[in-house]
Amino acid sequence: MKAAKQVLKTPGILGKKEKELKDSFLLQVSNIPGGESINKCIQCGTCTGSCPVSYTMDITPREVIALFRAGDIETILSSRTIWICASCYACTIRCPQGVLVTDILYALKRLAIEQKIFPKRFPVYVLSKAFINFTNRYGRSYEPGLILAYSLKTNPFKLLGMIPLFFKLSSKGRIGFLPKKIKGTKTFSGILKEAEILEMVVPVKEA
Amino acid sequence: MEYTYYPGCSLEASAKNYDESVRFVFKSLGQELVDLEDWNCCGATYYMSTKETISLVISARNLALAEKHGRDLVAPCSSCYTILYKTNHILKNNSIMKAKVNQALRKEKLSYNLTIKVRHPLEVLVNDIGIETIASKARCRLDGVKIAQYYGCQIVRPDRGLDNKENPKMMDNLFAALGAQNVYFPMKVRCCGGMLMTTYSDVALELNKDILECAHENGADLVLTTCPLCQINLEAYQKKIKKKFKTDFSLPIMFFTQALGLALGGDPKELGLERNLIPFELKEKRAEA
Repeated sequence: MKAAKQVLKTPGILGKKEKELKDSFLLQVSNIPGGESINKCIQCGTCTGSCPVSYTMDITPREVIALFRAGDIETILSSRTIWICASCYACTIRCPQGVLVTDILYALKRLAIEQKIFPKRFPVYVLSKAFINFTNRYGRSYEPGLILAYSLKTNPFKLLGMIPLFFKLSSKGRIGFLPKKIKGTKTFSGILKEAEILEMVVPVKEA
Repeated sequence: MEYTYYPGCSLEASAKNYDESVRFVFKSLGQELVDLEDWNCCGATYYMSTKETISLVISARNLALAEKHGRDLVAPCSSCYTILYKTNHILKNNSIMKAKVNQALRKEKLSYNLTIKVRHPLEVLVNDIGIETIASKARCRLDGVKIAQYYGCQIVRPDRGLDNKENPKMMDNLFAALGAQNVYFPMKVRCCGGMLMTTYSDVALELNKDILECAHENGADLVLTTCPLCQINLEAYQKKIKKKFKTDFSLPIMFFTQALGLALGGDPKELGLERNLIPFELKEKRAEA
């Protein structure tokens, strides 16, 4: 919101932080094939109308693009919107202008993580992080570990409510108690390390 | 034909019944699924939406492993399918990203040259084998079974050009040929909320309630899905939905391959039907009809 006020004070000129955020966002968007379609948005609101969870968002998908254009990325990054998107792509396929709304929300989410703009013990981030940790360690996802790690960090009491379902699923043989690992966990972590470095590499665009 | 099979993490645990039934269906139609050796997690939406380069690297590792054999890669989980498909799409269109991915893969002496086609079993069955051939091999008809065909999000979206994005027909046509009656089901591509069931369960419960209610009100005996997450959300949370919204239905939710397997003469055990939480028995329903 601070950023928004600044925009009002000095119309047309972005502050340092705003410019930095804008550049990081545009870099993220440039990696998406067809990402430049964001320029074609006509603010019709088809995305918001098609979104099954827009009613729970503080800023609707249409408003996200409007705010980006106004230079106020900070407000978007501190909204609930980017975290509540369930990746159903309804907005993307219906957009009459071909704007890749889901991918743009992903780009904003990555930016929020990079800038650490979210409350402590934030559920979506905790779950993502737990998921990533297990995948990195075993090369495979590990469902019971994921739920346990997530619940312990967010709300341990929730685990009690999950007990009946846990027993039911386990009686049907649908809980993988032990984590499955890939054979090459060592070389796998080598790949990950290299990828982590490459994540930081920013390609220099030819003029 | 031979296909490389990518089961994905869910099919080894909570969606074992999907794995069992996919294998049964392909085998009984004379198609061979060869497991991809040492496959890793595709990274799912969670990785893709948080770390871009790394997510593409781990997903592409599977494509690189599959490339050694050259066969099409079949991924039954809608999320795996979407992620692997998307990885292909991004790497084809972004040469810098492709170079980065290959540089990381080199650490395991792998490289990916964009030659693998990522496919979903539903589309393989309909397009490669054909509805007529499948119907001719059916040992038992599904006459009178009223089905709500639930496609979910990620099998038709974003654009794959496989089927109509708003009103896909692949499953409808397949099961109509087997004698089933497809009920009117405008929620067929509505989102179940996916992982929101864990993070914002109130939102997800409402989404699932809407889908189930729509199937129930239109007279479905059974809902078929193509995705492990949709299946577990729609099935395992019905009790909670009942309590919260005072609904009064109990709808069996099956993987489409389980119902297809029944038509192909599979017994419930082979198809993992005993693992479903809400039972469905074909004979009873037929007697009623």
